[in-house]
Amino acid sequence: MIELRGLEKIYRDTGEDIVALQDINLTIEDGEIFGIIGLSGAGKSTLVRCINLLEKPTSGQVLLDGKDLMSLPKKELLRIRQNIGMIFQGFNLLEQRNVLGNVCFPLEIAGVKSGDAKKRARELLALVGLEDRQNSYPSQLSGGQKQRVAIARALATNPKYLLCDEATSALDPNTTRSILELLKEINRTLGVTIIVITHEMRVIDAICDRVAVIDQSRIAEVGNVSEVFAHPKSAIARELILPSDRVTIEEAHGRKLRILFSGEETRLPVLSQLILDTGCPVNVLFADTKETEGLLQGQMILEVSPEFDTKVVSWLEGHGISYEEEV
Amino acid sequence: MSEMFHKLWDAGLIQLGIWETIYMTFLSTIIAYLFGLPLGVILHITSPGGIHPIRWLNNTLGFVVNFFRSIPFIILLVALLPVANLIVGTSLGNRAMVVMLVIAAIPYVARMVESSIREVDAGVIEAAHSMGANDFEIVTKVLIPEAKPSLIIGAVISLVTILSYSAMSSVIAGTGLGQIAIIYGHQRSNPDITWVCVFLTVIIVQVIQEAGTFLARKTDKRAK
Repeated sequence: MIELRGLEKIYRDTGEDIVALQDINLTIEDGEIFGIIGLSGAGKSTLVRCINLLEKPTSGQVLLDGKDLMSLPKKELLRIRQNIGMIFQGFNLLEQRNVLGNVCFPLEIAGVKSGDAKKRARELLALVGLEDRQNSYPSQLSGGQKQRVAIARALATNPKYLLCDEATSALDPNTTRSILELLKEINRTLGVTIIVITHEMRVIDAICDRVAVIDQSRIAEVGNVSEVFAHPKSAIARELILPSDRVTIEEAHGRKLRILFSGEETRLPVLSQLILDTGCPVNVLFADTKETEGLLQGQMILEVSPEFDTKVVSWLEGHGISYEEEV
Repeated sequence: MSEMFHKLWDAGLIQLGIWETIYMTFLSTIIAYLFGLPLGVILHITSPGGIHPIRWLNNTLGFVVNFFRSIPFIILLVALLPVANLIVGTSLGNRAMVVMLVIAAIPYVARMVESSIREVDAGVIEAAHSMGANDFEIVTKVLIPEAKPSLIIGAVISLVTILSYSAMSSVIAGTGLGQIAIIYGHQRSNPDITWVCVFLTVIIVQVIQEAGTFLARKTDKRAK
């Protein structure tokens, strides 16, 4: 279990104080995939680096299985870091070492004998599907393959936790999907707790159980992904969940309703039924369906003229469909 | 070719000069790297963006290195004669020359090494930190191996610089092609001998450069 308590990070070296993190309280349970989402500059990269103390928080506590990392001597901290794997947006592989050498690297640091390290490295390369590329150099691999090597490397020392810092941001959508599937499989089969940092909602949708939304150095909200998706409380969460081209929505004059579907409802022709039953014309401003935690979820933003508005609302209520006023 | 050239060649002096130039240059460079490599590493890691910033040490070493680098070699040479005497018991001949070449080259090599190491991607260093690597492991397993191709290129540049220093040092004490050019070419007015020395030096530099570039390219595993 990872607990962050009252975490604060202020950069002081530039003369002017820059607050990167403020009042961060989070608990990440063992075995879950926890997402941290925010726009760039929100502080999420700093936050994830506070977990393994690559960044030293200005104040607050980082507790790993109840142990306060900040109070540990340097040597002990270095040993604990072997229990926290990390992968990066830029992969950060050693360019002058081949794939096998890269995966062996953390094992060398952990003091594992060369023969054992190679054996373990080959197992991991098989796990990420790259057993036939062990003699290749990073420059000969694609982005997705590099990230697979990085994942194998991060798992070499059998860590309990895996930190992913924008791990798919440099990858195309297909590769992103396959890397996310791999992470999910690692979580399921090896029981590794995964912390995912991203600015993309689709990454959170695809693999996370819970999510923390971070905005302007603070945590805006935390919850189960489906819950935050269905009922975003903070402005930033709405912004991340809803489409980026919100101009058309903002420009619409009528009453705007955000309708939420989940499970079976997503497969029903709700909209046609609504129009047929009420005879009200509605304008679809936005519609989207996605799978979260294996559950199909949909949302739709409708523009309704004021004269029909009560009719539509009562129809929705009558059919037990949840909606929210969109502003 | 003049009579003097045939005389020198038959006596094996030119051949000896070639050997001495190569020998001095390589020996001085190797010894200079023994000190310059660690010094360059320390200069980098103690710098503000390095893995172990120590301001006072970085400033002090930086000052000493800049101090020696700013003295023209020929002046340093004269100034260091007593130092050579102290270390090898003589201020004449090849042994004294090696001492002076090494002292002149260490700061140069250190800056070369520092700039090569600075090129190593900060992300890779961060990854090593995240795996629990200590400073020593980062230096020996990340910084130096990752900078290897660049370090080789730097060593080639250092070799060529030290070669030219070695020729210069023959004005005071050294031997080799520089001495032959000065004594037999310049002082005894045999321009052909001077040109032979120039030609031979050019060949040596070319060979070093080509071999070094080849080695660096062969070592480098990044995309070419």
